[in-house]
Amino acid sequence: MTDALTHWLGPAEWQAVRLSLQVSLWATLASLPFGILTAYALARWSFPGKQILNGIVHLPLILPPVVTGYLLLVTFGRRGPVGQFLEDSFGLVLSFRWTGAALAAAIMAFPLMVRAIRLAIEAVDPKLEAAASTLGAAPPRVFATVTLPLILPGIVAGTILAFAKAMGEFGATITFVSNIPGQTQTMPSAIYAFLQVPGGEDAATRLVIIAVTIAMAALLLSEVISRRVARMVAGS
Amino acid sequence: MTLHVSLQHRFDGFDLDIRFDAPPGLTVLFGPSGAGKTTLINAVAGLLRPDRGRITADDWVLLDTDSGQNLPPHRRRLGYIFQEGRLFPHLTVRQNLLYGRWCAPRAARREDPARVIEMLGIGHLLDRRPGALSGGERSRVAIGRALLAAPKLILADEPLAALDEARKAEILPYFERLRDEVAIPILFVSHSAAEVARLATTVVALEAGRVTRAGPAAEVLADPAVTPLGARAAGAVLGAVVLRHAEDGLTELGAGGLTLVVPRLDAAPGTAMRLRIAAHDVILSREAPVGLSALNILPGTIQDIRSGDGPGALVSLDTAAGRVLARITRRSAQAMGLEPGQVCHAVVKSVAVAPDDVGGGPGMSGLRGPGSA
Repeated sequence: MTDALTHWLGPAEWQAVRLSLQVSLWATLASLPFGILTAYALARWSFPGKQILNGIVHLPLILPPVVTGYLLLVTFGRRGPVGQFLEDSFGLVLSFRWTGAALAAAIMAFPLMVRAIRLAIEAVDPKLEAAASTLGAAPPRVFATVTLPLILPGIVAGTILAFAKAMGEFGATITFVSNIPGQTQTMPSAIYAFLQVPGGEDAATRLVIIAVTIAMAALLLSEVISRRVARMVAGS
Repeated sequence: MTLHVSLQHRFDGFDLDIRFDAPPGLTVLFGPSGAGKTTLINAVAGLLRPDRGRITADDWVLLDTDSGQNLPPHRRRLGYIFQEGRLFPHLTVRQNLLYGRWCAPRAARREDPARVIEMLGIGHLLDRRPGALSGGERSRVAIGRALLAAPKLILADEPLAALDEARKAEILPYFERLRDEVAIPILFVSHSAAEVARLATTVVALEAGRVTRAGPAAEVLADPAVTPLGARAAGAVLGAVVLRHAEDGLTELGAGGLTLVVPRLDAAPGTAMRLRIAAHDVILSREAPVGLSALNILPGTIQDIRSGDGPGALVSLDTAAGRVLARITRRSAQAMGLEPGQVCHAVVKSVAVAPDDVGGGPGMSGLRGPGSA
């Protein structure tokens, strides 16, 4: 399968596909715990500034991606306050690296992930959690044994959606980490680059087919799982 | 262990001010909907924090707002049986049953799961999910789950309300066994007079957030002033022992030296029973009646006569079998010249003791002993 793919794709194209998978996987998995926490806070807690948090989470969905990318560059760039801190303390450089591409993809995919998980949490009857606590389960155990299993399908759906979004991220990525082959040239950036040079249409078309396939598969999968949430919470 | 509850809570213009004790056995919190029963039981469970209150069981403090003590629900060692069951939909029946046991301290796990599963007859359901159970099965699993949590206190919030009559009849015996076999206080919320009569050791009558009457079941139920019952639902509870089954299809019961005849009961001679005699099934006679088709005649002394705004009056009569209530018209009471202290005869039609009103087990304090006939 991989052999056939590498044969069909040129090495540069294959590199872009592999980098995209790597960036999207890291973006999704690393943001998942924060996604669950944010969704839980938005669904269940009431605290001052809740609407502001909600707004910040959703901002990347409505801002022009280039603005998000620029803000990332200003904040996480080597001269940016957070970027400088990360480099000094952990030796972690984000700008113009694949790690930065993963950060940009994670930020852009975050609202979709939080929305899916938040809906799942809101579908859980708090009375079930209360029942678990009367049976002697402390709050962390209630979360692990009742809440988490019940929202698991929502988490899976949110993760798949976020992964698909990360695979397609272009604007914020190219603004924040540029378009360096083998380093930050993800699939969409590669398509864009191929279309800038004469005779690059064939390579671009092959990548477009792969992008469409991955996006469709992810959407269908998340649809199937969402339906299972509804059935499971209904208790049959 | 006796549970002491004292609570004050105000919400949405509703004002709760309650104080009562629940001795071992089954205490029914009885009253119309909106009386504050569920609020009260949720406060005992720790799911609701009252404005002020103190809940203790002997020297164990669950809540004391004055000293700022408030045990979270998971440390109160409860077995809470919810009205809607609240089984975990993602777990099998077995996992649901063992959930509380798994959280309980090892040393406290005294109930044997196999025994509880057998008592409730749910052995064949263990691998199913709650979604595939009937209402009655779900109720039984919910009872089992609460029992296996090794509780120090059992709370039941109208566990039978969602069931039809047939299912109720199926579940009621489990609560009778619980009352008679488990030595911990059970708080049982109900608004059904039949359930109260059948199950209660102690009755706490609530209305509009206040306790209107509390005490041993026989006393409270025979008190005509207990308004939540309403005159229509008023009735007395008597303890009796099965004497013999007659050939004509009737069963003779002994109560305080008197004999009561009821339709055939499925219980061996010697079995202790409790009977509920509805006040509207009792006729009063000043003289010992002769030539009457009714079989049960209980002589006694009039203890009290109460009448309200309506045409009815409730007469309570002390008999050798216990206190009996009769609902008659005010006009008859006047015509008969009834007064407290008079000797009178309560006439009960044998068919009035419906099988539904007959429960097994003694389980009542404050009742006169069945006595030997």
